[in-house]
Amino acid sequence: MKINWKKWLGDYGLFLLASILILSGWEWIVRKGMIPSFILPSPSAIWLSLIENLQLLLAEHLPATLKEVLIGFGISLAGGLLVGVGMHFSRALEKVLYPFLVISQTIPMIAISPIFIMWFGYTIWSKIAVTILIAIFPIVVSTYDGLKTGGKEYKELLLTMGATRWTIFKKIQLPMALPSILSGLKMSVVYCVVGATIGEWLGASVGLGYFSRRMSGNLQADAVFAAIFLLSLMGIVLFLLISFIEKQLLKNIIRN
Amino acid sequence: MLTIENLTYAFEDNRPIFQNISIDVKAGEFVSVIGASGSGKSTLFKLITGLLDPDQGEIKINGNNSGSRLGKVGYMPQKDLLLSWRSVLENVLLPLEVSKKKSQLKIPEIREWLTRFGLAEVEKAYPDELSGGMRQRVAFLRTIMTGKDILLLDEPFGALDSLTKRNMHSWLLGLWGELQKTVLFITHDLEEAILLSDRIYLLGQETSREIKVSLPRPRKKELIYQSEFVTIRKELERLIQNEN
Repeated sequence: MKINWKKWLGDYGLFLLASILILSGWEWIVRKGMIPSFILPSPSAIWLSLIENLQLLLAEHLPATLKEVLIGFGISLAGGLLVGVGMHFSRALEKVLYPFLVISQTIPMIAISPIFIMWFGYTIWSKIAVTILIAIFPIVVSTYDGLKTGGKEYKELLLTMGATRWTIFKKIQLPMALPSILSGLKMSVVYCVVGATIGEWLGASVGLGYFSRRMSGNLQADAVFAAIFLLSLMGIVLFLLISFIEKQLLKNIIRN
Repeated sequence: MLTIENLTYAFEDNRPIFQNISIDVKAGEFVSVIGASGSGKSTLFKLITGLLDPDQGEIKINGNNSGSRLGKVGYMPQKDLLLSWRSVLENVLLPLEVSKKKSQLKIPEIREWLTRFGLAEVEKAYPDELSGGMRQRVAFLRTIMTGKDILLLDEPFGALDSLTKRNMHSWLLGLWGELQKTVLFITHDLEEAILLSDRIYLLGQETSREIKVSLPRPRKKELIYQSEFVTIRKELERLIQNEN
């Protein structure tokens, strides 16, 4: 596949230009000594710190965080779809679960996370629990709402063909809900990175969140930023991955 | 084939949109229902298909009025309702998938139908690549693929421009002989109703009047310029005037 550079430049050129300007301005301000480097390290210092700690970060901390994110996302995906579909099929289940779901999102994550540490200890499961609590909500809501939008007229047409509820779900409602579900997944996967990081801040012995917290204790702001850079990169890559899957799946659902 | 006796239906708490309607369709007939907007034509179809249940009266399909009517007749709604993520062939296969028939076995037969409907070349195309007339033909073929003998067509050509509509008329008239189906057809286009039908029901609030169209078949679209046609049309217009 040939990349169309002209189009790429048109899409991302301005963003790239702005990034270069911001980074240069940032570098200049710090070098001039206007802001002390332990408060805001210069981009070059962050880069150097990243290179310096790369071995440690890539071999130990990044895989640990990634594992939490992936397991957390996997469980959120399965659970979210199940709950979303369940709420679609059962009005009672919807009435019971929906308020709880909303309440679960109003709980300040930082406040409840220590409880997870109490329950699950310093194992990976305390981080995964925080991750799921944050990441499952967008999946449930996007699944449930997506299934609701499935056109009434199409449903009636299939009913006249003698279709069962399950057939209508499979043939009409699920394909129609797919765009919404995939938007939910894109949001959710980014939240997973946030959740895992919060989990690690509260109690962990490995992971990018743990690393950035330790470095922050040592006033090594450049290393903190290096970890943040990797976390954000991880979020972006996961987001793009889901976007790619979305494009493949929706090729024919949203044409044009 | 299809018998409707003294049918009354009202939406909740409202006055009935029709009362004591009786319609009888025999096997192999093409019968149209015309009436002004809001006279309950589409509601009548929803009652026949079983999406709604009558307040009073009976609907008999093949002499049978017991059990659910869902899945007993082929229904083609006003909008084509093609699934955008399915190709023409896959859209046509939908009724077979729903009724869990082995659709693969029928593919050669369906290809034959696609050719007859002038859709063979676009078999793999998606609905958004088709013209309005083609989309309606796909929707019509999908209705035929339900395998039911009675087809209910709800203004299938209503959304088409008049030129396309004419072409669809001649196409349908040409096809009618070999189709061997029974059709109940909703329209508000008088010309269309006379050209296509054996009989026409005029749907009013309290009665349904019946008009016979005794023009010989096979018919051609040029028929609309002949005096017998014009006479029927005048009669029909007079009846509609009286209704109001």
